[in-house]
Amino acid sequence: MGYFRADHELHDRRKGRNLGVAAVLIGLIVIVFGLTYVKITSGGSLEGFDHTVRPALITEDTQ
Amino acid sequence: MTDVSYQTAKSAGQTGEAQFGDYFALLKPRVMSLVVFTALVGLLVAPVGVHPFVGFCAILFIAVGAGASGSLNMWWDADIDVVMKRTAKRPIPAGKVTPDEALGIGLALSGFSVVLLWLATNALAAFLLAFTIFFYAVVYSMWLKRSTPQNIVIGGAAGAFPPMIGWVVATGSISVEAVLMFMLIFMWTPPHFWALALFMKSDYDDAGVPMLTVTHGRKSTRRHILAYTLLLFPLAIGTAFTSIGGPIYLVTAVVLNVWFLKGAYDIWRRDETQAEADNYKVEKSVFKVSLLYLFLHFGALLVEAVLRPYGLGGW
Repeated sequence: MGYFRADHELHDRRKGRNLGVAAVLIGLIVIVFGLTYVKITSGGSLEGFDHTVRPALITEDTQ
Repeated sequence: MTDVSYQTAKSAGQTGEAQFGDYFALLKPRVMSLVVFTALVGLLVAPVGVHPFVGFCAILFIAVGAGASGSLNMWWDADIDVVMKRTAKRPIPAGKVTPDEALGIGLALSGFSVVLLWLATNALAAFLLAFTIFFYAVVYSMWLKRSTPQNIVIGGAAGAFPPMIGWVVATGSISVEAVLMFMLIFMWTPPHFWALALFMKSDYDDAGVPMLTVTHGRKSTRRHILAYTLLLFPLAIGTAFTSIGGPIYLVTAVVLNVWFLKGAYDIWRRDETQAEADNYKVEKSVFKVSLLYLFLHFGALLVEAVLRPYGLGGW
């Protein structure tokens, strides 16, 4: 595009808008990924005794 | 929202090629900054902590939800925004963004912010955010704003919810502290706004929005300012004796409330002749005090919370 003629002002505006939307989408991915990581790592032993008692999980602390 | 606003936007050189900043302006960034501050204080003064990243996301979603309600407000009010000088440069009346785009962005961001806040924190916080958006967009913008001069009083509730949502994000429940933080902003909004209305030559009347200064007169507005400031006093002081209060907050609250009340009394005592003679000096000064009032109250609550782990904050 630029080889043949200078970018129209319309394209500059669209570029700004597209970059803005890209930044928002990347931000959303980071947030969802970050939240997932935090939820999983701060959940403790999630499979602990959720369904049946698992003797293998019993430690001195839990007795 | 009427066809008039749409036609106005079209005739103002609407290109449909708005820039990113124009869409961002729909979210009312200045209002969002107050929402971020009060919600953050609500979150940090809570007795239960949350993971910093979850806290960051929660504040972001609350801010986006507030922004979404701002966008819906601009969509609905486009027809009167174009009439008033203060709002004529907003993205829709300026012809940069179409009303349909504002509606779409408002609805989409409302949905995103509520669902993500639910996933990140809890259902009650998400419900309160959804209710806040509904209250601002529907109860205030669509219903009260053009029908009653008490619009500011009831509509102020929308601005009062953020610290309560911040508290619920951390604790998962509503307690007396959350209600008091809500009431602090709720009761502060009318005197703050009416002090501004007394000295600002507003064109609300041309737009058909009933303002207390016009419908009930300026003397009545002055009485209302004093009454609400009196009601605010015990609420602000009472907060000092809850789990989020402490000596720093108490001293701050006493000083600020005496200062604010003195200002409201001076406003009540004056008449229009006196006010015009000194170019609304007292009214302008009370408006500035009201800005400081809210900022310092929540600032003091934050200081108490920050000092508490070191055995210095709180009682």
